[in-house]
Parts: sequence; C-alpha cells; structure tokens
Amino acid sequence: MSGDNIQYWRWREYRLTVPSVKWKNAETITAGIDVGSVSSKAVVMVDGEICSVSVMRTGSSSPDSAKKVLEWALEGTGIKPTDINYIVGTGYGRVNVPMANSTLTEIACHAKGANYIWGPTVRTILDVGGQDIKAIRCDEKGKVLSFIMNDKCAAGTGRGMEVLADLLKIPIEEMGEASLKVEEEPDPVSCTCVAFARTEAVNLLRRGWSKEKVLASYMRAMALRMCNLLERVGCEKDLVITGGQSKNIGIVSRVEKILGIKPLPPPNWRENGRDPMAAGAIGAALFAKALYEKNKNTT
Amino acid sequence: MIVAGLDMGVQNVKVVLLKDRKILSRGLAPSGFEPEKAVEKAFQEALEKAEVAFSDIQHITATGVGVELAPKFDSKISVVSADARAAVYLHPSARTVIDVGAEESRVINCDEKGSVLDFALNDRCAAGAGAFLEAMARALEVKLEEMGALSLKAKGTTSISATCVIFGESDVVSLIHKQEPKHEIARAIYDALAERIVSMVHRVGLKPDVILVGGVARDIGFAAALKRKLGTEIVIPENPEYAGALGAALYAVENLGGR
Repeated sequence: MSGDNIQYWRWREYRLTVPSVKWKNAETITAGIDVGSVSSKAVVMVDGEICSVSVMRTGSSSPDSAKKVLEWALEGTGIKPTDINYIVGTGYGRVNVPMANSTLTEIACHAKGANYIWGPTVRTILDVGGQDIKAIRCDEKGKVLSFIMNDKCAAGTGRGMEVLADLLKIPIEEMGEASLKVEEEPDPVSCTCVAFARTEAVNLLRRGWSKEKVLASYMRAMALRMCNLLERVGCEKDLVITGGQSKNIGIVSRVEKILGIKPLPPPNWRENGRDPMAAGAIGAALFAKALYEKNKNTT
Repeated sequence: MIVAGLDMGVQNVKVVLLKDRKILSRGLAPSGFEPEKAVEKAFQEALEKAEVAFSDIQHITATGVGVELAPKFDSKISVVSADARAAVYLHPSARTVIDVGAEESRVINCDEKGSVLDFALNDRCAAGAGAFLEAMARALEVKLEEMGALSLKAKGTTSISATCVIFGESDVVSLIHKQEPKHEIARAIYDALAERIVSMVHRVGLKPDVILVGGVARDIGFAAALKRKLGTEIVIPENPEYAGALGAALYAVENLGGR
C-alpha cells in the first residue's frame, strides 16, 4: 500500500461485549444511543450493567447512523431489537434517533454516564467531542448543576485533530504521544479555528517547526480553551474527561498541567465497557432504565 | 517614476505597478508553498504587461497577511492603510471600505485623503471571510464560482448561522436533508456571511460611499447579500482583489515624495 492511501484521520471503530453480563433472565434491557457530530455510540444495558458497546463514525444521515450503531452493539449478543424495553437517544443528532422512546440532552447523559463510570466523587466533567467542548458540574448522583459549552465556535474541538492528522501524516491515535515528544512546550498557536488549522500548521512547518512541535502548540491551545471553560464553570475535584478527546494523551496531560488538577484515569473499559468516549450513551441507557421503571410503575 | 505595490495574500500574491500615480499593470500568482516563487511570478506578469524591467522599479511597498514572507521590498504598510488609500484612489467619495479576503475581513472608515479613521478586523475566525463560502460550497456540493448566480434565484426562505464554519457545515447538511432547494441554501450562506460583515460595519459606523474590495467582492451572490443586509448602495471597483497592492503602490509613491 502506498503511503498516500493511508487515511491518517481515521480513528478505530469498535464494538465489545462484556461476557459476564447475562441477559436471558433480565428484568430490564435498555439502550442509549448517542449520535455525535463525528462518532455515534450505542450502549446496551442489562439491569443497569453494561452488556455491550459500539462506537462508529457518524454518517451523513443521523437516523441511519443511530440504526447502524445499535445493530452493531447488539451483534453477537443474541439480544434482538424487540427485546429492548426502552431506548434513549442523545447527542447532537438526538432528534433523529427514530427508534428512541425519548431523547435527552447529551449534557445530562454525560454527567450520568460519568457518575456511573467513575462513581459518586465526580464533580466536574470535561466532555470534548468532534465539534463540542462542554464543562459540566454535577452532584454526587450525576445530576447536572451547571454547564458551559462552546456554542458559538468549534475552535479547539476534536475536528481539528482530524485535519492535522491528514496534513502531518500521523495516525490520529498516535498524535497525543507525538505531541509530547518536544523538549520544551512551545507557545500555543494563536488561532484554533478548525477551518484555519491547515494554514496555521503549514505556516509553522514553513518556519521550520517539527511536526511534533506543531502538534504540541496546537494541543496546548486546545487545552487552554478547555481550561478556560472549566474555570468559568468552576472546576471542582474530582475532574473527569469524556468524549473522543479523552483518549488523546496530548490533551489530557496538558489540561492536567494547566489546571494543576489530575483528571481521574479512565477505567479498564476494554473489559467492563465503561469507555469515557461512550459516557453519553452510557448515561442515556441508565436514563432509559429509570424511565422504563417509572412508566411501568405508573401504568 | 515607476513604483510597485506587493500584496502577500493568503491565497494570492498580487502586484500593481504605477507610473506617475497611474496604474501601469497588474500581476497575480497563487501564494502556494513557495512565497518567493509566487512573488516572482506575479512581478513577471506585471512587468511583461507594462513592458518595463524590474530594475525600473524605484520603490516597492509590501502589505498583506503574509508580508513577512515577502522576499524584497523597500517599505511596508498594513492592509488596513493600503485599503483606505486604494479606496479613495478608486472612488474619491469612498468613506467606508469593506475588504473581504480569503481568511480575513476588514471594515475601514477613512477620510477624503484615504487616511484611516477607524477600523474593525476579523482575522481569527474563518466564518467571517471567504473561507466560509468555500467550505459551504463544498458542503452544498456546488462550485464556488457558480454559487453566486445560483443564490440570485432564491427568495430567502431559509437561514443558517455563520458563527462558525464547522457549525455552518452542519447547518447546510441538515438543510439538504430537509430538501431545502440548493439556491435557497446558497442565499442563506451569503446572507450569513453578509450579516457578519454588516455587524463589523456597524462597529465602525456606516459612512457613504461604501466600497467593497478583496477577492470575495467578485462574488455576485455576496455583493447582492451585502447590499440587502446593509440597505445601501455599494461601489465595487474593477479588479477588487488588487486593492491592497494598489494601496501599497500609492504608499510607495508617497515614500518617494510624490502625492
């Protein structure tokens, strides 16, 4: 394969089943579907335990993406769509999740999901997705107290990483590590506008900067934007990071450095399915359980 | 007396040659990755058209976003100053200059001599410049050159927000899914950019006459939207993308003691 055919921006899609979770005698089977701007996530829960997770790229149509990601989560589990008692849709494309019984904002779902993943000590959640940055404060039950998000501009979000991966020819999943290979942290780029990421990086390369230094500079600027939101919302421990960028060590380590607060490390999600990237879908599946039980008791 | 103005734009390098304050010729080359070559090419075009030699040029004034990449020049000025000088040269009663380039836009108030009184700048956000139109045309799957004419067929049934190129793309995609006609979406795109520019105009104050320069001034869809949103007539000079280079050349004349 020639080097030019590699799609450096492509991050890995995956699905997983938690083998220890049995569903045959379950009281409730629920699902959460989070259709984001870049990735779609589905989580199937059996009596409040994660049974399976899938993460894939969002296509041009939100309804199709919702359907596909749920089908993929169910694949191999033996659970049929009709076995699911209740589905909650969330995320940027939530109005277009046709099979959802109800929809909730991703802010509520991320807080709920983070509470489930890390436990009741979580007070602040930084959710960095494809074109969103959200700083969320929550209580010990994962209930949202306040939040701030980038509602005017996508600067500093995950989309910029895809652009840079292609330009610098570094696989997207290796960019975080690469950005840490600088002797000295450079100044942040002056502009993190996603549409200008390319020109900004080209200008730096022209000045003789290494790829690693360009990445370090760009990620530092991203992290500064995130920390600005966190400071505005009032960052209290424990802090956790969710969304796609939670997997970017270049971002996570810089946020930690700037704030002086160490985010809780991600759990062993490959085994228990508690993937911080799927926090919104996890929260949605939990809400689905609560809503199903509430409806059952009232009827 | 022959002088040159050199505008190091993000997309194109532009050269204007003046002889005794009259335009001799123009030259343009894509900026690309090798700015020196682009400058050479733009000069070559201008020199050939004017039938003069590089050594005939007595003074070069450079301007533009990439001015630090210019290989050789005798003096430099800001784009804002260059725009103001050029505007009054092209249209003596111009008092408000709107310059929409590939990645930046500016609105300038000037006096009758072409001196800057006040200005507003958009340089950190692609949603306020030509890059916005490029990205939206891609999302709409139409050629940028054709989007202007397409938008003129629309009545104005829909709108998008131009706070961000990335959010704008999502807006356009969802309008396509809602089966909004392409010409209506095209008009919404131009209206969104025009609104951003108009808010800059109001920041500095709208003083007639208004002149529109920069590469985006060639886009009939944008010009129509700006006129609509501004509620006033707009002067669009021939060769609007050369305004910066022209203004720089006028400064070169002044540097040599001419008026």
